[in-house]
Amino acid sequence: MTSAVSTLPAQQLAALNAAYRRAVARKRLHMTVGAAVFCAALIIAGIGAEVNFRTLFTYFGNFISYFDRILTLDTGARVWTDVGEWLWGWQKWLWMLGETILISYVGTLMGAVLAFAANFFAAENTSPAPWLRFLTRRLLEFARTVPGIVFALIFVIAFGLGPMAGVLAIAIHSTGALGKQFSEIVENADMKPVEGVRATGAGWLSCMRFAVLPQVAAGYASYALLRFEINVREASVMGFVGAGGIGQELVVAIRKFYYSDVSAILLMIVLTVFCIDIGTGWVRGRLFGKEART
Amino acid sequence: MSRLPTPDRLALRARYPQIFDRPASARLATPVVLLLAVGIFLFGLVDLEFSPARLLAGLHQLGWISLMMVPPDPGSSLPIYLQALGETLSIALLGTTLAAVLALPVSLLAARNIVPSAILRFPVRRVFDTIRGVDTLIWALVWINVVGLGPFAGVLAIAVSDFGSFGKLFSEAFEGADRKQVEGIRASGGNALHEIRFGLMPQVLPVIAGQVLYFIESNTRSATIIGIVGAGGIGLQLAEQIRVLEWQKVSFLILMILVAVAAIDWISGKLRFAIIGSRAVA
Repeated sequence: MTSAVSTLPAQQLAALNAAYRRAVARKRLHMTVGAAVFCAALIIAGIGAEVNFRTLFTYFGNFISYFDRILTLDTGARVWTDVGEWLWGWQKWLWMLGETILISYVGTLMGAVLAFAANFFAAENTSPAPWLRFLTRRLLEFARTVPGIVFALIFVIAFGLGPMAGVLAIAIHSTGALGKQFSEIVENADMKPVEGVRATGAGWLSCMRFAVLPQVAAGYASYALLRFEINVREASVMGFVGAGGIGQELVVAIRKFYYSDVSAILLMIVLTVFCIDIGTGWVRGRLFGKEART
Repeated sequence: MSRLPTPDRLALRARYPQIFDRPASARLATPVVLLLAVGIFLFGLVDLEFSPARLLAGLHQLGWISLMMVPPDPGSSLPIYLQALGETLSIALLGTTLAAVLALPVSLLAARNIVPSAILRFPVRRVFDTIRGVDTLIWALVWINVVGLGPFAGVLAIAVSDFGSFGKLFSEAFEGADRKQVEGIRASGGNALHEIRFGLMPQVLPVIAGQVLYFIESNTRSATIIGIVGAGGIGLQLAEQIRVLEWQKVSFLILMILVAVAAIDWISGKLRFAIIGSRAVA
């Protein structure tokens, strides 16, 4: 049978083969060096983080049995055999979950308003002055990088125990995160309407209001809803440091080994987060049509 | 001088009824939603015990605290803090790597183009969702109960909570991969494992590497806080210094965190660019 593929003469083929082997060898060398550096970093990190696999293997049974224990009632029965006993505190917990959602709602809204006020100064194309842009950006960066719970720890001391500290902590963190996202939307906005509005003799404020805002408002709302979703999770742990919400109950249950309560509260948190995720997804779909969901 | 023609409103109304006579529901939707949003906000302020007096007193206090934070000064504990920072970075690196290694095989089960049966995919996806619904701090508390206080609990907490996120992201990456390579492998006689190894992996690995790097970056932030519940790292020092009101040390620790996060951002940005090339920007 004659081959349809024409073969090159051996000499030419040898040169090409050698070049191919060199290219492959170089790539392999890169991979090996990269992998070696990564492994070395992992080993150093393992020593730094006091990783002890013997501890893990000894206690891994504990991890499984922990879930066994949190799914067992005091009477020794499985939790789902007596739902009334398992979720005995559902009224109190629902109330605290409501508080958690409220904390994240108020915090997100405050953060969104502040971010809205700041983002036109932070965006490359709309900022009135470079020094103002630099200042706003650094402030937003600071608010974003310091974790929310650290703010909460400090605010609990300044404002006293209670949900107020949690709300303010979430508000500041959301300002940082949303401010960056908002200003990125503004940077992607079309500048022609701005020129049109400016040509009519409008000031900076009018340019923002009538030329930029109509383009970006939908994006703002979408990011704010996403942030709300994230903040519900965040607010569920604010109670760990005394800043309100369901976290307080959870940390008490975990620390005092009220096993079945732990699973009950976790279940309620997870269900709430599901509902919020689905709800905001639905609202985003309603508000912005299908393309916003991608 | 010419004058603008006066608009004939009645004729305009008759010509564009869909603009002038929109149904009440469409016209009322925006104000009602706005009113509702503001109403819930006000209710929240009242319910969460906001009061101007408390706010003012708190801001006053906060002002004092900020004044006491300057200049940042570690005192004599700088070596301890540096060690704690190293611990934090180790936690982030190890936790993310562990999560990625564990999530890669499991995420295959959640990808539509690999496991066509929805019955098999559905529970895997729900497991990922459930794990993601629980915050890292909660996982840290659980692991502390299992392996005791210390950074190891932090590593495991980050590993578990990222397992959920990676599972979702990886399976989406697999679903986004091109079918053609897989078909090519099948046409040349490869089995299912060959298809995954030679058809899917080469497409998906750079995407996954980018995501893992991004998570190492964001986990540096998470790792700074899991210390607050006792799972090691710089958060432990930070929470302690806040509780004993050593504000100069607090501000120094916060500065250390900011610098470390910025450094990791920079490094991982460079690495991502090297791995994925300019595609990562788009």
